[in-house]
Amino acid sequence: MTDTPSETSLVTRTRPVEAGGAIVAAHFLGRDAVFVLGEESLLFVAPDGAQHRTAAHDGGILSSASDGKVIVTGGDDGKIVATNDKGISQTLAADEKGRWIDHVAAGPDGAVAWSAGKMVFARTSKGGVKSAGVPSSAGGLAFAPKGLRIAIAHYNGVSLWFPNAVAKPEFLEWKGVHYSPSISPDGKFVVTCMQEAMLHGWRIADAKHMRMSGYSARVRSLAWTRDGAFLATGGSEQVILWPFSGKDGPMGKQPRLLAPYSSRCVVVACHPKQDVVAAGFSDGMVLLVRTTDAAEILARRPGDAPVTALAFSADGNTLAFGCDDGAAGLIDLT
Amino acid sequence: MPSTPSEKIPVTVLTGYLGAGKTTLLNRILSEPHGKKYAVIVNEFGEIGIDNDLIINADEEVFEMNNGCICCTVRGDLIRIIEGLMRRKGKFDAIIVETTGLADPAPVAQTFFVDEEVGAKTKLDAVVTVADAKWLKDRLKDAPEAKNQIAFADVILLNKTDLVSADELADVEARIRGINPYAKLHKTQRSQIALEEVLGRNAFDLDRILEIEPTFLEEGDGHHHHDHDHGGHHHHDHGGLKHYHDEDMQSLSLKSEKPMNPEKFLPWVQDLVATEGQKILRSKGIIAFRDDPDRFVFQGVHMMLEGDHQRAWQDGEKRESRLVFIGRNLPEKKIREGFAACVM
Repeated sequence: MTDTPSETSLVTRTRPVEAGGAIVAAHFLGRDAVFVLGEESLLFVAPDGAQHRTAAHDGGILSSASDGKVIVTGGDDGKIVATNDKGISQTLAADEKGRWIDHVAAGPDGAVAWSAGKMVFARTSKGGVKSAGVPSSAGGLAFAPKGLRIAIAHYNGVSLWFPNAVAKPEFLEWKGVHYSPSISPDGKFVVTCMQEAMLHGWRIADAKHMRMSGYSARVRSLAWTRDGAFLATGGSEQVILWPFSGKDGPMGKQPRLLAPYSSRCVVVACHPKQDVVAAGFSDGMVLLVRTTDAAEILARRPGDAPVTALAFSADGNTLAFGCDDGAAGLIDLT
Repeated sequence: MPSTPSEKIPVTVLTGYLGAGKTTLLNRILSEPHGKKYAVIVNEFGEIGIDNDLIINADEEVFEMNNGCICCTVRGDLIRIIEGLMRRKGKFDAIIVETTGLADPAPVAQTFFVDEEVGAKTKLDAVVTVADAKWLKDRLKDAPEAKNQIAFADVILLNKTDLVSADELADVEARIRGINPYAKLHKTQRSQIALEEVLGRNAFDLDRILEIEPTFLEEGDGHHHHDHDHGGHHHHDHGGLKHYHDEDMQSLSLKSEKPMNPEKFLPWVQDLVATEGQKILRSKGIIAFRDDPDRFVFQGVHMMLEGDHQRAWQDGEKRESRLVFIGRNLPEKKIREGFAACVM
């Protein structure tokens, strides 16, 4: 294939951004791309390239999540901060012991969850805060798409917690260390990344196990395709998609292996409207991959540092990427 | 900036039984005017008397891995905290992990082998064990943790020497040497020591596995000499000092002047740690392979091994293979025979 930028590459349609510090996540608030930096700030970049920064934390930013209206961040300053599309930050809560806020999640109707060690908290938009303890430090949090239900990954399994219910969280067991839970868009499956190079999943209705292995490293990024038909994952020298359209999830089916490459895929993001996955690699390259026919388009050439963040705008017209060395950019997909 | 191996942040693990003087040493490290900044992960909160904005309190969380290796455990809290600390890289020069008095150092060390991200951004520098000269002897009898901490150590501070007589001191030192003759041992009072003796040791750096000799040979303390395999140049005056063999924890040193067969040695050592790794706390080796111009070096913690070709053997350097195992109830006969079978 000849490398004709106008046809096969989006590199020329990129507005480069220099964040001035390691980027740990990217989100969109309206049309603005927002890069979460490793320390203190969020960097807003408007479609015309105008930038402004908001200082959200006094120290490291350990986690972030967004519902499209605000970005919720947790810091090593013990604070949970919500930042809106105007760049105004509000401290939602501060840990009474100043513990690190290891994980945050953004849920339906403005609900927010966070964890500090073994304690997990949930706050509804009305402001009430509920808490629950888990047996070991939470390795990640995720809201179910509907209702106030939170998956908490921890040692030896995942707990499903209804903050408004009196009952103890439901416990789905699987030996080992679990991180980064994710509930499928239809609410039927929960998947975690394990310390080992594999995923584990459960069908929530009957706790049936799903083991997904074959990775070359610990998986650190998961994303559901727009229709929930596939779970796209990093953690290998290709993009791995597990089929979730059937009632048994990926069991008994082969995963799809797309975009084989010499470096490891470390971040994935799914296009909100098309069958396209964005894949960020450890050498800094970004590819767009069409899941229907595995066609690839180069979005960013390899750089000096791993890609650490990818996000599509809600309309799917812009892809934001950010890297460990602060290099970032907005790619026009229209 | 892309992080290169040279930028890896060193991590020092500070262990020691309760009351041995760990916290005193830690306060000393933090308060001396060395111009360096340390991030400190502590498990017994409230004892640190020094202002430091990077003190992180954590519960020790020992997690078993699902990798088919029965004794493979990691410290989940360390994975989480080191990942978080890396958000602020550039704000500190090194990390110090203070363990509880009852902690086993193995899960801490294994964390650096198991977690790729932790291993890529930080490096284990050394396990430093503070021991109480007066009470260690008793703890070695009643607390397996205390014995593990001595066996695992790269550096041992035999502390509170002012509270014991010269005879008692010689006795406890001999007991330490009966378990671990390879650690650097310093006799201290109130944990007073030059910081370069405990920090920046590179004890887990394969490139620093230059010589494997019991360190007391260079200290000139006149200890009993365990390894009778040596050539004639290491004879020591026993000076009437006692010589203890700990009944369950010991070290085993192997040596060969004939080249090893790599097709036999590598499978043998891998199989050895796979089958006996629960007993083997630490292992180190420098190997001279047949027809190989380079020294092969390896080190391990329980069932985990890492090894590499290090550098060329130099002219005039004796091409000699040496291995050291420190462990509990080591199957000495099996190890010696297995090793002998790998010699060409």
